[in-house]
Amino acid sequence: MVQSAQFAHSLEGWFGFLPLWGWAAISAFIVIYFLALPFGGLATYIERKIAADMQDRIGPNRVGPIGLFQFAADAIKMLSKEDFIPKGGDRFLFNLAPLFVVVGSCTAFAVLPLSKYLIGADVNIGVIFILAVTTLIAPGLLLGSWASENKWSLLGGLRAASQIVSYEIPVALSILPVVLISGSLQIGTIVEQQGWTVFGENPATYHFWNAFHNPFTFFSMFLLFVGGLAETNRIPFDLPEAESELVSGFNTEFSGMRFGLYALGEFCDVFVMSAMVTALFLGGWHIPFLDIEKLGFALPTGLVAFIQFHVFMIKTLLVVFVVMWLRWTLPRLRVDQLMGMCWKGLLPLAFFNVLGTALWMWAFKGQSLMQLLMGHG
Amino acid sequence: MTVPLMLGVGYLLRPKGKDTRRKMTSYECGEEPVGSAWIKFNIRFYIVAIVFIIFDVEMAAIFPAATVFKESITNGSVALVFSEIFLFVALLLIGLIYCWVRGDLEWVKGVTKFAPNK
Repeated sequence: MVQSAQFAHSLEGWFGFLPLWGWAAISAFIVIYFLALPFGGLATYIERKIAADMQDRIGPNRVGPIGLFQFAADAIKMLSKEDFIPKGGDRFLFNLAPLFVVVGSCTAFAVLPLSKYLIGADVNIGVIFILAVTTLIAPGLLLGSWASENKWSLLGGLRAASQIVSYEIPVALSILPVVLISGSLQIGTIVEQQGWTVFGENPATYHFWNAFHNPFTFFSMFLLFVGGLAETNRIPFDLPEAESELVSGFNTEFSGMRFGLYALGEFCDVFVMSAMVTALFLGGWHIPFLDIEKLGFALPTGLVAFIQFHVFMIKTLLVVFVVMWLRWTLPRLRVDQLMGMCWKGLLPLAFFNVLGTALWMWAFKGQSLMQLLMGHG
Repeated sequence: MTVPLMLGVGYLLRPKGKDTRRKMTSYECGEEPVGSAWIKFNIRFYIVAIVFIIFDVEMAAIFPAATVFKESITNGSVALVFSEIFLFVALLLIGLIYCWVRGDLEWVKGVTKFAPNK
């Protein structure tokens, strides 16, 4: 943290001609236009390609090389579609609803630890910030479904709200072991502690990936992943928009760019959840068994940030790939199965994990499995 | 900022069709909608919401204790902090068991057997 603070300070020396809020606005602009939107767009393309591969089809291949510009074509198409609000609907809420979804998922990008030196805002309650901000999606879906005065929409929106709200609890409880381990809610600190290097001395704070800290955190990772799937309404849990029963669920009446915003929000949310799994459990920007800052010689900060950014992205996109893979593997659950699984399955397991991790920490003086095996700490 | 921009571009580009009565009705697979869509929905959603509020508030109360847990291992107050976490988790567990026993977690409240008229 000290280092990133110094880095920010040196930046201030170079770019002092703009006030801090100006830079904040510009970085928000960069995050949204160069990270969230391209990811949201590319994700639709990648998802279709993966779907095609799994079903032995070709997938999009006409627009640009191997269909790469398909998402741009989609965006233009969505922009040029007629926008439509049903007569009985609530115009104000109808306009407001997609905003909630996009704001909820894009704001969370601000605290994602892309690299040690590339965190939009390393706030000291980062973990809770992500949880709080992504919950904005639930009212977004509920408002949109209510405002469109459509029975399918209303049912879908209610399902979405109850599902997101229920799975919020296992998600938060599966983050709790990580907080117990690292003693901090700051994502930068949490990721930094997950380093491990075989070349040279490990600092006492390093304890390898949180997923392998102890058996309980290993299960917590899966809980977080499953809960994240449910919160983003991805396939085994996509009841809110179950197309075989509810037409299209909460977004039945949404057309054109408003529908596009919903889709964008959903894909960004998938990315945020995957990034959270990566940052909290899979070591974030750390290359396994190698710390590029403790090689014995110093790399330039820019290069370190570059490498760490790519490592983080590769891990996150692998998690995203698993999410898309599951879509073509698992059938959809039923509503009662969904709620039952959350309250009777995941919740007791999450409690068990929290207490287990606390006991482990107490018994082994906070050492991880790796530290115990390697005799460090 | 971004969202109004995207919607604004869309507003300039998209065609504006006539608002025919048929088009402005909500979609119900081609049928004429009957009544308002703002129907009375299942009361179970309300129970889920209430249970969620209670659990979420209690969970927010665990987070501070969890944050100081690591420090407490070295400075000797670990028993206190652990018992605090345990207390909260136990409270939540008792609440969960209560809901479970009461049957609030059952989505399907008993299935009526189909009895054909003889």
